[in-house]
Amino acid sequence: MYKAKFKSKWLPYVLMAPTLAILVLFLYYPLVQTFRLSFYRVAFLGLKKKFIGIANYIDLAKNPDYLHTILTTLLIAAAIVIIGLSVSLAIALLANQKVRGARVYRILLIWPYALSPAVAGVIWLFMFSPGFGIVNYLLSLVTGHELNWLGDPHLAVILVIVASIWKNIGYNIVFYLAALQNVNTEILEAAAIDGAGPWKRFWSVTFYLLSPMTFFLLITNITYSFFDLFGTVDIMTKGGPMDATNVMIYNLYRDGFQYYKTGSASAQSVILFFGVVILTIIQFRTSGRHVYYGGA
Amino acid sequence: MNRKLRQTIFTHIGLILVAFILMAPVLFAFSKSTQTTAQIYHYPPTIGFGTSIVKNYATAWNEFKLGLYMKNSFIIAIIVTVAKTILSLLTGLALVYFDFPLKAWVFYFILFTLMMPTQILIVALFDLVSKMGMGNSYAALTMPFLASATGVFLFRQHFSSIPGSLADAARVDGAGPIRFLWSVLIPMSWNTIGALALIQFIYMWNQYLWPLVIIREGARQVIQVGLRSMTAQQDVTNWGVVMAGAILAMLPPLIVFLLLHEQFTKGFALGREK
Repeated sequence: MYKAKFKSKWLPYVLMAPTLAILVLFLYYPLVQTFRLSFYRVAFLGLKKKFIGIANYIDLAKNPDYLHTILTTLLIAAAIVIIGLSVSLAIALLANQKVRGARVYRILLIWPYALSPAVAGVIWLFMFSPGFGIVNYLLSLVTGHELNWLGDPHLAVILVIVASIWKNIGYNIVFYLAALQNVNTEILEAAAIDGAGPWKRFWSVTFYLLSPMTFFLLITNITYSFFDLFGTVDIMTKGGPMDATNVMIYNLYRDGFQYYKTGSASAQSVILFFGVVILTIIQFRTSGRHVYYGGA
Repeated sequence: MNRKLRQTIFTHIGLILVAFILMAPVLFAFSKSTQTTAQIYHYPPTIGFGTSIVKNYATAWNEFKLGLYMKNSFIIAIIVTVAKTILSLLTGLALVYFDFPLKAWVFYFILFTLMMPTQILIVALFDLVSKMGMGNSYAALTMPFLASATGVFLFRQHFSSIPGSLADAARVDGAGPIRFLWSVLIPMSWNTIGALALIQFIYMWNQYLWPLVIIREGARQVIQVGLRSMTAQQDVTNWGVVMAGAILAMLPPLIVFLLLHEQFTKGFALGREK
């Protein structure tokens, strides 16, 4: 680590004060409050509070709807992570080939990073709309049938997954391309001389060398699936049909801001917080790197 | 045709195909944003330039107030991007170029906030900001985001990689830390600053949940929530206008992205690989 070069007893504190003040007031303090509120039943508008211990957590654990919400979240996250990362890696490998115009191709592949979950949601909602959406039309050309994407619980889940993968693909490709640039070509050449075919070279050399990056993206994509899906879900399905896309963050929002169950919503926040803590510990243990959660 | 040439051609075809598939939803949205309702509901669907482009975009901008919402989003994105960059630079300076007690703990204290996305804190944060009387203001939209563990982390990492002799030279010349930051560190940090600016601008422009709960009146609402209100009435939705809204909403972050994507790659993505 660097040797300090300037001497002052008070200046470093002054330099850090604004950052620390904001973090304490708007992150640490609300976190403590969230823990506290999760042990209370809060009456409408927070006028009355009653300490009820861990009753909020017990209610959640006993509530089959909430367990369904957890399961839905995990399922959607798994699909986004597995499909999203596989597709991104395949595209990054293609874009890493040395061809003319590689820079232009790169931009054409990574721009979806600038999309918002809401924009992705609204565009795919339109494309899948029954009656005039392009997807149903193409589908009917091939199969003769149109599907009611928003009315069917399974199809609605697919809809949310597709829109979410599309939105996040640019981010994944940026990082895979960066990692591929650092893959030592000498090792690949040595493997080729040893008679390893392209397929074998990929799995035993490239894929292995990319694994730290895959792991980093695994964590960021899980976090994305848990939290940033809110906008996509809110615009496309509002958690429906029949709660099929009611992910944890959406359920939290509904309980907290539509049904005014402040205590239960806080308990759900605490559960999500521990999810993040566990992910961070795993990340920290395995790679010693720090996780970037998309801007916070 | 030799093997190498064939492979190059296949690569080009593959890349063009993938790029087209990724862009197809936006091309479709743009095409529909120019069509009248009758053209949109025409069966089979037509892909092409419609006759309602001016009307659709004007309706989205004026009647659905996207112009106003985009102005609000732009203001909060700029405030947060600038403030976060400055605060992170100052904190990075303190962490790398000074010694003080419990330094490692202060850094971890900042880093731990990575585990606290605002979405998790939404209920308590709403209580806090409401009680502070900041509802419906730019302050409410920006204050919780002014400091950043990501920014501090990136600048700390970058400053640590700058040779220590530079700070010695600055001290010999009689330059104080602030002067050193201004005339040595910042000019050497443009990739990191650009990467952070891109991340933060897009992050703030895409804010959805927090504005949705904390902003109760239209005048201060942001673009993403404005897009939400356009789709709220499913049955009567004029999709041409909604698609015009979607195209408008994606333009500013896309422009920022095109301007700064090189810095993003160099200052952030490649930095992670070291």
